[in-house]
Amino acid sequence: MEDSRILTADSRPKLWRLARLDFDPVRQRHVLLYPEGAVLLNDTGAAILELCNGTHSVGDIVAILNERYHADVDADVTEYLDIMAQRELIRAD
Amino acid sequence: MPTDRPTTLLAELTHRCPLHCPYCSNPLELMRAETELTTDEWKRVFSEARSLGVLQLGLSGGEPLLRKDLEDLAAHARSVGLYSTLVTSGLGLTRSRAERLKEIGLEHIQISIQDSDPEVAERIAGVRSVRHKQAAAQLVRELGFAFTVNVVLHRANLDRIEQIIDMAADLGADRIELANTQYYGWGLRNRAALQPTRDQVERSREVAERAIQRYRGRMQITYVLPDYYEAFPKACYGGWGKLYLVIAPNGSVLPCHGATQITGLSFDNIRQHSLDWIWQESEAFRLFRGDSWMKEPCRSCPRKTVDFGGCRCQAFALTGDAANTDPVCTLTPLRQIIDQALEEPALPDYQYRYPSEAPLPV
Repeated sequence: MEDSRILTADSRPKLWRLARLDFDPVRQRHVLLYPEGAVLLNDTGAAILELCNGTHSVGDIVAILNERYHADVDADVTEYLDIMAQRELIRAD
Repeated sequence: MPTDRPTTLLAELTHRCPLHCPYCSNPLELMRAETELTTDEWKRVFSEARSLGVLQLGLSGGEPLLRKDLEDLAAHARSVGLYSTLVTSGLGLTRSRAERLKEIGLEHIQISIQDSDPEVAERIAGVRSVRHKQAAAQLVRELGFAFTVNVVLHRANLDRIEQIIDMAADLGADRIELANTQYYGWGLRNRAALQPTRDQVERSREVAERAIQRYRGRMQITYVLPDYYEAFPKACYGGWGKLYLVIAPNGSVLPCHGATQITGLSFDNIRQHSLDWIWQESEAFRLFRGDSWMKEPCRSCPRKTVDFGGCRCQAFALTGDAANTDPVCTLTPLRQIIDQALEEPALPDYQYRYPSEAPLPV
């Protein structure tokens, strides 16, 4: 059985089937909504999760965001994805 | 200090229910159908809740399917951007109602299961219900809702926790919530019949921990321990009046579904005030917000930012003063109340949940 907790550069993470990204106009922030839970996201978190659609690999996501932010975001992105995977809010096939 | 925005609203659409579970979280004094908010009143409340910051809505009861306008209310909730959960016994979830709920965008359904053993399950519910629940679960699964099975644990079903978890998986649940009975209202009245032994609790904890690993990635398991066996109280919803609010069938706005038992607390109603005003100003919310109301040992305790002094409803129910430390806490001499309760001799019979006077109007 594959362990969803461990993401490699080749993993293609996608949001948990039951979670959806939304924008909360009241707080002016993105939120991740799922049964009995909500995570308030900052802009970076939202940018990362928007790319978790099962087609981009972790490596792709890092490359896309490096280019978008003109910075080396590798470690931050990987760590964030690991945390979300630990919480089972993203899954990797 | 500015008040936080609430994230979660539990809407008790009605107290009417076909089940009679002896641990029901509704108050001992059940509200009658004619006092319930109208469709338009609930819709207004849902809009106001979203504007106030609420993200998660529980459409609960009683049995919310007894409201004929449930679909209308769920559609409105969806249209204002709320993530809604239908909290149901499953009784009354016909195919046509389920399909309509799917069509209007309801996302999540939570069905209560009393036990894996059908005889015990129906003894707890006080009514024939097992087959209805299985049929409802099948519909929920078939139509592709997010699906949670919700189980209240107590002496009569705790030893079957493993079978209960496996049954939820067989029903196709995405999640199972296993919560030990909390002793307020009906639960407190039935405590001697519901309370598990320490051995049962420890065994069940081990079984649950193993199951969490075994089902990882397939079914999410949350397990809430019975607080009487813990050393520190539970942190109720992140503290009083911080993230969570409940609206009773008649429009009273409560900081917690157990709050009505705190006598002397007065609640404001959405028929008189806006939800925003109530959240900010209502005495019932302000009284235990923050930590200025705390007495010792909470006041000087570093844990006050962890558990916020525990549960106000439990403090009131067991000590008579809602501003006391939750007696579960082993740092207070009030703990002896819990220790004595744990020594209580077990009683065999339940006092089932029924309205206090005449039968419910049809």
